[in-house]
Amino acid sequence: MNLELSRKILEESKKIPAGEKINECIQCGTCSASCPVATAMENTPRKIIAMLRADRIDEVLQSNTVWFCASCYSCTVRCPAGIKFTDFMYQLKRIGVKYRIRPKNKNGLKLAQCFCDTVRKYGRDFEPELLIRYNLRTNIFNFFKIIPLGLKLFLTKRMPVFPPKVKGIKNIRKSLEKIK
Amino acid sequence: MKIYTFYPGCSLEVSNRPYLLSVNEIFNALGAQLKELPDWNCCGATLYMGMDEINAVYMSTRNMAIAEKDNYDILNACSACFLTLKKAKDYLLNDSELMQKVNSLLKEEDLKFTGRLKIRHVLEVIYNDFKDKIPALVKRKLNGLKVACYYGCQVVRPKTDFDDPEFPNKMDELVNMLGAASVFFTYKAKCCGGMLMTTSEDVCLKMVKDILSSAQNAGAEVIVTVCPLCQMNLEAYQDTVNKKYKTKFKIPILYFTQLMGYALGIDKDKLGINQNFINADKVLIK
Ligand code: SF4
Ligand code: SF4
Repeated sequence: MNLELSRKILEESKKIPAGEKINECIQCGTCSASCPVATAMENTPRKIIAMLRADRIDEVLQSNTVWFCASCYSCTVRCPAGIKFTDFMYQLKRIGVKYRIRPKNKNGLKLAQCFCDTVRKYGRDFEPELLIRYNLRTNIFNFFKIIPLGLKLFLTKRMPVFPPKVKGIKNIRKSLEKIK
Repeated sequence: MKIYTFYPGCSLEVSNRPYLLSVNEIFNALGAQLKELPDWNCCGATLYMGMDEINAVYMSTRNMAIAEKDNYDILNACSACFLTLKKAKDYLLNDSELMQKVNSLLKEEDLKFTGRLKIRHVLEVIYNDFKDKIPALVKRKLNGLKVACYYGCQVVRPKTDFDDPEFPNKMDELVNMLGAASVFFTYKAKCCGGMLMTTSEDVCLKMVKDILSSAQNAGAEVIVTVCPLCQMNLEAYQDTVNKKYKTKFKIPILYFTQLMGYALGIDKDKLGINQNFINADKVLIK
């Protein structure tokens, strides 16, 4: 990615409440040490910030990193510089979506897309449809893996059969369109 | 009588129905009224936030705006809904331009958001509003049942005035008031992985295994939680953890409200305890 674009995206990524704080990172690594998924991330939280400083935001977004964040807020709670790193992870996810810089492992991204589609359709989540959409878009064979759980839910009367109904759904859809 | 506007959220509607049942039962027993938020929609959860910020904020705000037709605090049972609404509120109160924009959209439905209502969580409300009433209401003895109180993430993090973000203790206090004995375990507020169970099961199973081990090593006979996602990950995937790690976990995972309801003498079926996957009878009836 050319330097100009990379810098532009980086500046944009800081446009969240207190986003400029990221500049104050002292690279102590507390976030990475606190992160329960750091071992699964290609680039740990501290390293992400180092990479951004080295104009490598495209590499960060292409790696299997940001969509592994589980929003547990451990990094945010412990950061000695007061950086809200979880919020920054969300922002990186959105920046990747906006600039179409996709990670190698797209599962997290696809689940989020399917979730938004389902919620836009009904106004609420409808779990069976969400999982069908998701498995169709990732690995259809995984669908068989969740059948036992579906059965258990069904037997305990916890499997939704009819989609939810929200009266204001037309307005919700219209508003979501307008915001774009 | 205390009245709350209750926002159940998507997951309680069906797949986590036992939570819904038990919340309704205990507030009834505490002499409070829950008014379900009319025509509520999905809060957007963590997933919408990762796609589009303004859309996500709009989704949450519509709920809060509907609630503002009344004057009651907004009560959440799901920790993710709780944090999502709180965040959206914070966001708008600090960005008047965005607030105007969202309000202009809400106007179509004759709604307006001002941010005057409190966003609260079931656990915090039980503790702050009803703690003193509890001892007199306890009807069944829990006989020192060893309980691991599992908080998860979003009910205490990133920040609440209510409890410590890393080693919270309020649920433990309540459990002890009910006649059980809470055990200390180091993973009480570690993350269960949430949606990672769907997107990268291997990573998430390890997280769940660590939480279960930590609780079991501390002597817990049952784990209680206040988040539908935590409950699902810890209970529904115990078999999978056992297969993968050659462990033998069979720990009942109750909602805190189920255990509390049981102690208050409410019928087990009404609390949805029979709808949980791992039978809790063995530990409850000793
Ligand atoms: S904990 Fe904060 S200061 Fe330390 S490396 Fe992480 S973001 Fe930087
Ligand atoms: S919020 Fe995300 S990045 Fe931060 S510690 Fe949790 S999983 Fe890691």
